[in-house]
Amino acid sequence: MELPDLGPLWLTIRLAAVTTLILLVIGTPIAWWLAFTRSRLKSVVEAVTALPLVLPPTVLGFYLLVFLSPNSAFGGFWLAATGTTLTFSFTGLIVASALYSLPFMVQPLQGAFEGVGRAPLEAAASLRASPRDAFFSVAAPMALRGYLTATVLTFAHTIGEFGVVLMVGGNIPGRTKVVSIQIYEEVETINYAAAHSLAAILLVFSFSVLLAVYTFNRRFPVHVG
Amino acid sequence: MTDLTTDVRVTYPEFSLDVSHTFPGQGITALFGPSGCGKSTLLRVIAGFERTASGRISFGDELWLGEQSFLPPHRRGVGYVFQDARLFPHLTVRGNLEYAHKRAADLPTRYSFDDVIDVLDLAPLLNRRAPRLSGGEKQRVAIGRTLLARPRLLLMDEPLAALDTRRKGEIMPYIRRLPNAFGVPVIYVTHALEEVTQLCDRIVALSEGRLAATGGVAETLERLDLADVQGRFEAGTVLTGRIVAQDKALHLSRVDLGGAHFEVPQIGLAAGEEVRLRVRARDVSLALARPEGMSIRNILDVRVLGIESEPTTAFAEVLLDVAGQHLRARVTRAAIADLGLRKGQTVVALVKAVSFDRQALPREKRKA
Repeated sequence: MELPDLGPLWLTIRLAAVTTLILLVIGTPIAWWLAFTRSRLKSVVEAVTALPLVLPPTVLGFYLLVFLSPNSAFGGFWLAATGTTLTFSFTGLIVASALYSLPFMVQPLQGAFEGVGRAPLEAAASLRASPRDAFFSVAAPMALRGYLTATVLTFAHTIGEFGVVLMVGGNIPGRTKVVSIQIYEEVETINYAAAHSLAAILLVFSFSVLLAVYTFNRRFPVHVG
Repeated sequence: MTDLTTDVRVTYPEFSLDVSHTFPGQGITALFGPSGCGKSTLLRVIAGFERTASGRISFGDELWLGEQSFLPPHRRGVGYVFQDARLFPHLTVRGNLEYAHKRAADLPTRYSFDDVIDVLDLAPLLNRRAPRLSGGEKQRVAIGRTLLARPRLLLMDEPLAALDTRRKGEIMPYIRRLPNAFGVPVIYVTHALEEVTQLCDRIVALSEGRLAATGGVAETLERLDLADVQGRFEAGTVLTGRIVAQDKALHLSRVDLGGAHFEVPQIGLAAGEEVRLRVRARDVSLALARPEGMSIRNILDVRVLGIESEPTTAFAEVLLDVAGQHLRARVTRAAIADLGLRKGQTVVALVKAVSFDRQALPREKRKA
C-alpha cells in the first residue's frame, strides 16, 4: 500500500497545538469573567462566544476571509506590519481556528470556575493570598478537570475543522493544507486508499486521546466536597 | 492592641445594614442576633468581601474602607473562620496549614507552626485529605490554618453552627483560649446564647441591620429591650458566681452569687472556680413569702427593679435584683395583679432549672 503524504497530518497537529495554547491564555480570563461577573453584558458575551457552535463554518469562514483580507483594515495593517497576508497563511489559520474553537475552551472552563465558586477564593484572600496567587494556588488546581476537558475538546475540535479552514486557508501544501482537506481531496480524486489511511489515523488518534482523558478523570477524580 | 472602628452601610433590595461601632482590640466580642439581622454581612464587610459596602472602616491608623479607598481583603491581615470551614479540597491538612504559613512567613509572630498544631491537637490529622475529615475536625483545621496566616484580627462566622452538641463542647475550649494563647482579638458571630455566655467577653447585638445593644455579656443580656433580639422564649440573664461546695453523693454544686446561694446539678470544677449560670426568665417564678414543702430548692430573696407588661399577650417580664446581680422572671400579668407586685418590693424568686453546659468553661481569671 502506498503511504499517504503525512505532511498535512503534522501541519494539523501543529495548528491544533498552537491554537490550544493560545486559547488557554485567552479563554481563561474570558471564562473567569463569565463565571464571576454580575454585569448585564454577561449574556451578550456568552452569546458571542457560543456563536461558533451554531454558525455554519462557511459563514464564519466568509466573515473571517473578509476581515483578514489585505483590503480590510486589520488585514491591511497586518500586511504593512509583517509583510505577509493573513489569508491563505498558517497564521491566518491560527486566527480562524482560535475563533472557531473558542467555545470549546471557554464553556468547560466557565463551568469549572463556577463549580469552584467564590467561597475558596475568599478563604484564600483571608490567608493573605492575592487574587493572582489565589487563582494559581486554589482556583486552577480545583478546576483541573475543567482544564483537561477544555484542552482536549479544543485540540480535537481544531483537528476536525474543515469548512473555516477551506474558506480562509485554501489548500496550499505545507502551509494551509490540513489533514481534513487532504482527505477531501483524496476522495475527490477517487484515491480511496490514501483517504482510508488518513481517516483511520485520525479516528484512532481521536479515540485514543478521548479514552485517555476519560480514564484519567475516572482514576484521579479531583476531590471536591 | 488595635481597635477596629466601623461606620458602614450596605443596601440590598430587601435588607439594609447601618452600623457604627468600635470593636476593642482584645478578647472575644460576640456579634449576636437572630438570623437575617445582618451579623454575617457586617463580618463580611469588615473582611472586605462585600464590595458594595460604603462608609468607613479603620484598624488603628490604617484605613480599610473610605470614600475613595478600599484595601483588598488579602492585605487587611484579617483571619476568617467560615461556618463551612472552606478547607482547600485539593490539599491535605498539612497542605492547608502550610498554605497559610508560607504566606505569612515574614511576619513577626508569637507562636510557631508546631505551637498551633499542639494547641489544636492537629498532629493526627496532618496527612489526611480535607474532604475526609469530620465536621469538628474540619473546623479545628480551619482555625489552625487561619492562625498560621498570623491575623491581626480573627473573624469567626458561626463556626459551631454546623456541629452537634458534643462536637461544639469539644471545640469551645480551643476558641476560648485564642485571645490569650495567640494574642489575637476575636469577633464571633453567633445566634446561640450558649456560645455567647460561654465564650465571649462582650456583646454587640444587631437587630434588622441596626445596633440593638452593646456592652458586657451579663448586663447586655439582661436588658429588657433585648428581649426581641433573643426571642421571648430564650430570654434570661447570666449570673456570675463561685463554686463554694460540692456534694458528690447527691451530685450537686453550691454556687455563691455574692450573698445568695444557688444549688445546681454538679459542675465539674473545683471549689473556688468562677462559673456563669444562665437563668431563663420562663424558669423563674415569684412568691410573696418563702413557701414550705416544695421540690424547688433555689429560693432567693429578690427585689423588684422593674415590671414590663406586654399588652398584647398574657405575660409580663419582671426584672429582679439578687445580691447585686440581675434575674428576670416571666409571669402572667394576672399573677402580677393578684400579688400586687410593685417596683422596689421585696419578694421571693423560685428558680426551677438553671441552664449551663456540663462542659461549661471556667472563666479565665482576669489578671488584676
